[in-house]
Amino acid sequence: MKIAEHSRPELTKRLASPDGLRLEVGPFSVRIRSETGVFPPFLRSLYADFPLSSPETVADFRIRLRRPKTFRRFLQPQIIFESDGQKLFQPFPLSHAPPLFEWGLNWCIGTRAHQYLILHAAVLERGGRAVIMPALPGSGKSTLCAALMLHGWRLLSDEFGLVRAEGLLDPIPRPIPLKNQSIGVIRRYAPQATLGPEFPKTRKGTVAHLKPTPASVARMRETAEPAWIVFPRYQEDSPARLSPLVPSYALLKLATNAFNYEVLGAEGFRRAGRLIRRCELYSFQYGHLEDAMNVFDSLPGR
Amino acid sequence: MNDRQILLRALRAPSICRDLSNREWESLLALSDRARLTATLAWRLERHGLEDAIPPGARRQLQASRVFADFRNRQILWEMNRVQRVLRKADFDVIALKGGAYLLLDLPLARGRLPADLDILVERKNLAAMEDLLLAEGWQTTKLDDYDQRYYREWMHEIPPLRHPERKVEVDVHHALLPMTARIQASPELLWPSARAVEGSRFKVLAPEDLVLHAVVHLFYDSDFDNRLRDLLDIDELLRFHARREEGFWRRLSRRAADHGLTRPLAYALHCCHRLLDTPVPADARLSGTIPPWLLRWMTLLIHQALPPPTTHRFAPLDATARWLLYVRSHYLRMPLRLLLPHLAYKAWKRN
Repeated sequence: MKIAEHSRPELTKRLASPDGLRLEVGPFSVRIRSETGVFPPFLRSLYADFPLSSPETVADFRIRLRRPKTFRRFLQPQIIFESDGQKLFQPFPLSHAPPLFEWGLNWCIGTRAHQYLILHAAVLERGGRAVIMPALPGSGKSTLCAALMLHGWRLLSDEFGLVRAEGLLDPIPRPIPLKNQSIGVIRRYAPQATLGPEFPKTRKGTVAHLKPTPASVARMRETAEPAWIVFPRYQEDSPARLSPLVPSYALLKLATNAFNYEVLGAEGFRRAGRLIRRCELYSFQYGHLEDAMNVFDSLPGR
Repeated sequence: MNDRQILLRALRAPSICRDLSNREWESLLALSDRARLTATLAWRLERHGLEDAIPPGARRQLQASRVFADFRNRQILWEMNRVQRVLRKADFDVIALKGGAYLLLDLPLARGRLPADLDILVERKNLAAMEDLLLAEGWQTTKLDDYDQRYYREWMHEIPPLRHPERKVEVDVHHALLPMTARIQASPELLWPSARAVEGSRFKVLAPEDLVLHAVVHLFYDSDFDNRLRDLLDIDELLRFHARREEGFWRRLSRRAADHGLTRPLAYALHCCHRLLDTPVPADARLSGTIPPWLLRWMTLLIHQALPPPTTHRFAPLDATARWLLYVRSHYLRMPLRLLLPHLAYKAWKRN
């Protein structure tokens, strides 16, 4: 059953129960307990199409959003992210429980899921072929990724390229966190898109989450074949320009930007190397989303 | 059965994993993560041929933990490689202790173990030379204030930890197995003549009996809260491994303990391993006569109670008390009270 098929009180009750709620997120099962009323509405609207895991699964991550029991809760309520009973970060203001959950789950995946080579990249797929966009500073990757998804590409992830041993990519199509100006850009680009509430003054400025398209979530069990690696760079008012990249540069950038390249050792090198060999490699400069969409509609491939 | 001890039960008798519910698997993995023993658990399950009994969610986590443990072991081996390079300029012997030694000897317990840092041993007369060598080659002393520097240099059995700025592994240079202030003094000079060479390495390793005794000392004297179960497992694995391979091992072990003045701690450890992990210690090797039976039981109870790692969401007063008692005891053993009380007072004051 999907999240949206449960009423908000039902979700709240499930989240508050000792067993929590088991959410299926791509290849992972996440057990969530939450004592705050701020979280269920966020879950219900942005994870609407995600299924609950069967109660027999063993959760990959066991997360709890907990109110600290200090005197401070009366003055300035806070929320703590716990994984396996361990507090991971400094408390957030209570109203920021949703971005804390998103950030904490990212942390869990990035530091633990070493069955994958975990690229720090946005990944989308169309016609059975996936494009990987590594997240380098100033790339505008989230904005581009959001626009591509709204333009009909299937979202695999805005944050993680999960590379399996045989080289295929596992989807984890969670909500896309848009930051600051990106929020307005996407609202203008696609007025019909569902965005969550804006959370001002987070570590990364104002954040609002874009709901993944139902088609992306419905196919989150379907792996995708990597076909392109595109390093995007946003430059105000620049014309869209796609230029080929040398493999050595692409490999270096991809590997050093991954979450666990070193942890995987030789296996990390092999997986990254195979990825580079089977993909077309480009750098991509753009200034307008519409131009970018046109380029991506006809990405030259083998 | 008590859920807090599910990790201990699974490590002692991995076959119980056949009958675990998904909730129990989750408790088990939460505890093993906290105790940094997930990869150890993974290897034990494999050794017992239990892979088929592992549900998919748990299998992913166990697999990932093994990848991470391999990474940590590579880092330690690489640090040893770097130290070995520096040792070309030295003409004295250096012994790799604990995790480093287990890796060099390729012991089964090294697989899945997560060594925190690289521990090495030099003779006291070579301590300054070793420190100077490392400092000259780029290692830096981790920032410690004057009090900490004095704490290490005057009272401890090691110098303040060193770390190379390009790498993440700390190197702890020891000159003894126990603090200088401890009331028992395992004789460091005994260690050197029996230390063994390792083919292809500049490092030596302790003789099997000394490996065990060092692990024993670590369990009772080093005030590490979370790693007690790992220390116990180290002893268990070392005993199992060497008892099978070395003729007369148990006899030599007890004799060696007597030489070092470590009979009591060894007796406690053997009793705990036997009771808590089913380690096959022959009845006549358990040194039962050396300690009153009530004291043995009490110590085993205390260790047992203190084994589950503490969690923030549920306060277990008995566990906490046991951990506290062992903490105080380990400090009491490390230092005479006239040093210990001011030290604990200073640490408490610093924390506030």
